Formats: sequence, C-alpha cells, structure tokens
Amino acid sequence: MQRLTEKPIDFAALTESVRSADSGAVVLFLGTVREMTNGRRTMALDYEAFGPMAESKLAEIEAEARRRWPLDRVAIAHRLGRLELGEVSVAVAVSAPHRSEAFEAARYLIDTLKQTVPIWKKENWHDGTSEWVHPGLESNGHDSRPLAGERPVPPALPVPPRPLREATR
Amino acid sequence: MRLDVRLFARAKDAAGAERVTVELPAGARVADLRAALADQSPNLRPLVPCLLVAVGNDYADDGALLSPQSEIACFPPVSGG
Repeated sequence: MQRLTEKPIDFAALTESVRSADSGAVVLFLGTVREMTNGRRTMALDYEAFGPMAESKLAEIEAEARRRWPLDRVAIAHRLGRLELGEVSVAVAVSAPHRSEAFEAARYLIDTLKQTVPIWKKENWHDGTSEWVHPGLESNGHDSRPLAGERPVPPALPVPPRPLREATR
Repeated sequence: MRLDVRLFARAKDAAGAERVTVELPAGARVADLRAALADQSPNLRPLVPCLLVAVGNDYADDGALLSPQSEIACFPPVSGG
C-alpha cells in the first residue's frame, strides 16, 4: 500500500497486511479528524506533504522501530488532501510476536511521525477562517517566535523508553 | 550560486509562491540562506527563525554547507498525524 495517499485509507486491509503466523500481536493506531479543538469547531482539514522527504522519513522511522523492537510487519499510511470530520488521516499497523513490543513500537511510530515527517495540516474552521497548524508557532504567524531557543532544532528520532520485553521475560 | 528553494504550508502562503530563488556566495551555509530569505521576502521574515531546512531528504542545521546541487526545502514545524 502507498504510504501517502489522496484516497481514503483502507485500514482493514492495512491491518490484514501485517498479520502473519509469526506474530501473536497486532496493534492498529488510527488518527481521525476531530471536530472540536480548544473550543473551536473544525469543518475539515487539508493535509499537504513534501512527498519524497516524507516517504524517506517514514522509511527511516520504520527502520528505527525495527532496530529497537523485534517486529514482524509494519504498515503506515497517511492521507493527503481534504478530509472531513471523522475521516482517517493516518494509520499505523504493527505486528510482533508479543503485545508489549507491538504497543510500544506503534506508539513510537505515530509519535515520531508527528514530530519528524514533513506533513502539515490546515484547519478549516467553522467560522470560515483557515490556518496551517505549526506546533510552537502562534496561529496567525505574523508575530510568531519559537517557543524556546533562538533557532529551531531539526527533529531527530526521539529515544523511546527501553523495550519492556527484556524485563518481562 | 543560485538556489531554488521549495516552500510548504504557511511558508508557501506567506511567500505567495511554492518556490523562491536565492542568490548566495559559494561556501554559503544554511544560516546564510535563512538570512537571505528574511532579506528578500518581508512576508516570510517573521517565519524565518522557525523554519526547518531540508537538504535532499534530510534536515540540515544552520552550519550545513550548501552547494549549487542542493535540493532545498524550507517549512515551519510539521503537523501530520
């Protein structure tokens, strides 16, 4: 399945694609379009990506997750374009021999995706206004400054907690 | 050297263009690109301190060297998911 797609994400097929007899656990995370954010009503979201770099970063975070946990299969899909309320914007499916590494890797993958993969969402508010969402920037963008430090730090792959499997065996 | 810079999201809207061309001396670094963008695009200037810079498919810090072959993109913090 394509990692970046303009079409609705078939998350059932995505989940099925990671199932195998080598795994005892499958975890699926879905990000969906929420109506209310801090008391404001969303009508729709527009997603844009820097395609080649986004694909590259997705491959990188998958490789990093595989390095950290003994995973069986991984599938990630991110939707682009206009999404209505309730639609699935992102899906992460992971299979592993045991549930702890499947949960931890799925959490790592979605958290790292949100921090490092060059994809942006634009809020289209119910009041007719719209704005790009850029964490750390003020919403109007004309007098914004980084929240901390004078220069932004390029996102690096975050270090997750140690895999639990070593402690639970 | 002339560098073609791709812009995304709010940076694209602020500049009113998906790409801008920046003229920089040989040996310029990402910090010089940042300064040049702020100088030549008043609408982009407030965003410049927050922009992430990518060369090829990787993030580049202010000390990274640029070359005429560099494929450069600038954008504010990402918000996928």
